[in-house]
Amino acid sequence: MSEQTGATAARPVYKAGTRNPYLPMPAKVIEVITETPTIKTFRVVLEDEQLMRDFTFEPGQVGQLSMFGVGESTFVINSPPTRKEYLQFSVMRAGENTTALHSLQAGDTVGVRAPLGNCFPYEKMKGKDIVFIGGGIGMAPLRTLLLFMLDNRKDYGKIRLLYGARSPQDMAFSSELPDWFGRRDLECTLTIDREAEGWQHKVGLIPNVLLEMNPDPNNCVAVTCGPPIMIKFTLQALEKLKFAPEQIYTTLEKRMKCGIGICGRCNIGDKYVCIDGPVFSMAELNAMPNEL
Amino acid sequence: MSAENVKKFISFDALPGFLARAAEKNAVYVPRREGNAVVYRSFKAGDEAELGVRPTESCKHVVFPRGEELFSFAREADKEEPGKRRLVLTEASEPGAAVVFGALSCDARGFLAFDPVYNGSGTGGTAKDSYYLRRRNRTLIVVKACKNALNTCFCNWVGGGPASPQGADVLAVEAEQGLVLDILSGEGTAFTESLPAASEAQLAAAAAAVKAAEDSLPKAADVSAAPASLAALFSSAEFWNKESAHCLYCGACTYLCPTCYCFNITDESDGLTGVRLRSWDNCMSPLFTLEASGHNPRPNKADRLKNRVGHKFSYYPSLHSGRFSCCGCGRCIKSCPSSVDIRKIVLDAVKEAANV
Ligand SMILES: Cc1cc2nc3c(=O)[nH]c(=O)nc-3n(C[C@H](O)[C@H](O)[C@H](O)COP(=O)(O)OP(=O)(O)OC[C@H]3O[C@@H](n4cnc5c(N)ncnc54)[C@H](O)[C@@H]3O)c2cc1C
Ligand code: SF4
Ligand code: SF4
Ligand code: FES
Repeated sequence: MSEQTGATAARPVYKAGTRNPYLPMPAKVIEVITETPTIKTFRVVLEDEQLMRDFTFEPGQVGQLSMFGVGESTFVINSPPTRKEYLQFSVMRAGENTTALHSLQAGDTVGVRAPLGNCFPYEKMKGKDIVFIGGGIGMAPLRTLLLFMLDNRKDYGKIRLLYGARSPQDMAFSSELPDWFGRRDLECTLTIDREAEGWQHKVGLIPNVLLEMNPDPNNCVAVTCGPPIMIKFTLQALEKLKFAPEQIYTTLEKRMKCGIGICGRCNIGDKYVCIDGPVFSMAELNAMPNEL
Repeated sequence: MSAENVKKFISFDALPGFLARAAEKNAVYVPRREGNAVVYRSFKAGDEAELGVRPTESCKHVVFPRGEELFSFAREADKEEPGKRRLVLTEASEPGAAVVFGALSCDARGFLAFDPVYNGSGTGGTAKDSYYLRRRNRTLIVVKACKNALNTCFCNWVGGGPASPQGADVLAVEAEQGLVLDILSGEGTAFTESLPAASEAQLAAAAAAVKAAEDSLPKAADVSAAPASLAALFSSAEFWNKESAHCLYCGACTYLCPTCYCFNITDESDGLTGVRLRSWDNCMSPLFTLEASGHNPRPNKADRLKNRVGHKFSYYPSLHSGRFSCCGCGRCIKSCPSSVDIRKIVLDAVKEAANV
């Protein structure tokens, strides 16, 4: 029973004698990509070469980025563990720290505490068809898993991506889209909310386009992330398509501080999003108190 | 009887000198009067300890300071690349040894609620909080047993008692113009080494005092159903609106509580240098969970009081072998400006859940 429900990844284990969990690792920004008017992608390399070589993480795990003097906030590591030249974070400008992060330029130093949290149960997804449904910045965690699966392509069945944004200008990772479209082992669908000049793809809300795509739930897993309202209707659409709660995964956001299950900030009942999450199956969410 | 089990005695006359000697090697904290309040403050020769009055606040700040530096940062000129600056992070320095003399028994038990969260041994996270642990390991706790219960005390509901030895290195019981000291740890043995053994008469008087204190507590209510009851009432807006109706979400309950352990992390900087701090935080504030998008999973005071009570009597026990993370000190009841009473909420929940 427990095999079937929930993310398989255990809570991250901190080995005795490892680093002070509050001390960030200095990292050099090697590249900044302006994705949209509000999203920038940062590629960083840990300054300590040994730490960078030894750094391991799983798809879906997150990190805390520090702007010293401003603060820390949480972002998914959206490069896959199969590509280790750098760690990539995509940051949507939201408040104080994200605004400060947007001022970073190549060559600047940022603090990184990572990896934190659990990961997508990619082992359990082996042999299955996968549907990714991402909205806006919610594409970031999906990108990690998508690229990880593409790098281990034979382990997975048919892979489909439905990615939506408000407008073409709001679509992050747009420089990668031609490559994704060019692949024969990935089926890509893009959508925007409203008609825009020159737009070659779908127009319509993600849940509606998903219903149109009509993916077969048989031996299939859906992975979705995006703004709360999109998630709500996407889950309804998946239900209509006969996806069981055990076949649906999403990631949660909660305000976080420590990221290691101590500061008491991110709980939903007795679950802590920073260590039990951010990845949850719908079945797990259904068993948790409703406090999203 | 091994030597360690020999109880010691110190007269009230000898106590100031004893504490003054201890203060030469440790930071010693004792309950002291400050205005209308009695608070745990550092002791130096000549100070007076208020051992008879129950402190308004708990002594958690000795191990978990209100605000503490995690590390400092600086951007120093890079010697290899002139014109560039290099980030230097420096961990906060090690704290010295400390003694709390005259902690309440519930306050000592409060640290037992912190421990599994901060040392990674619970079924929660596995990370070790070095800042907490190094202070905890260097703090000796001398509990002074209470002489009688206040009407806000309910330590006996949650596994404690006025003379509970849990969490103490030394348990002190008032008898015959002094304190009979029960030594409970190796550190306690070393701390009390210079003191004489208690006499039979002193031991008998101490035993009688403990009995009298225990008898002064009303019979404990049965709260064993609280975890399940609170879980069952999670979605009952009616119940939580009613229970939180008078709450002002001032947070006094969280700051005074010996088991409230949540913290915030913030930076303070002055140009090129600064510090990252952690400081006590308060889950009764709407800001606690407010996200950058404006979304707040606990927008109402009912949601927040539910989380505070739920954490202590349901979520925490489910993660830590059934142990409640309330030690029954009653401070949140005594100091609440609107008479919110956690005992009533828990008992109401048990009753209400039984009715559904
Ligand atoms: C598991 C997880 C993964 C995330 N991944 C991404 C990502 O890949 N890309 C992205 O752009 N955003 C992501 N977010 C959201 C991002 O963390 C917040 O937008 C960010 O913390 C806001 O910080 P701020 O200082 O700009 O906002 P302010 O409102 O000024 O917030 C002050 C502080 O509150 C905390 N905080 C506020 N809102 C949030 C929030 N939603 N989540 C966590 N902490 C918060 C942070 O500690 C922040 O520093 C993620 C959040 C979580 C929990
Ligand atoms: S319960 Fe009382 S002390 Fe606590 S926040 Fe509400 S009013 Fe303040
Ligand atoms: S919740 Fe109230 S009674 Fe319980 S330990 Fe905290 S302050 Fe004391
Ligand atoms: S962020 Fe501190 S407990 Fe989750």
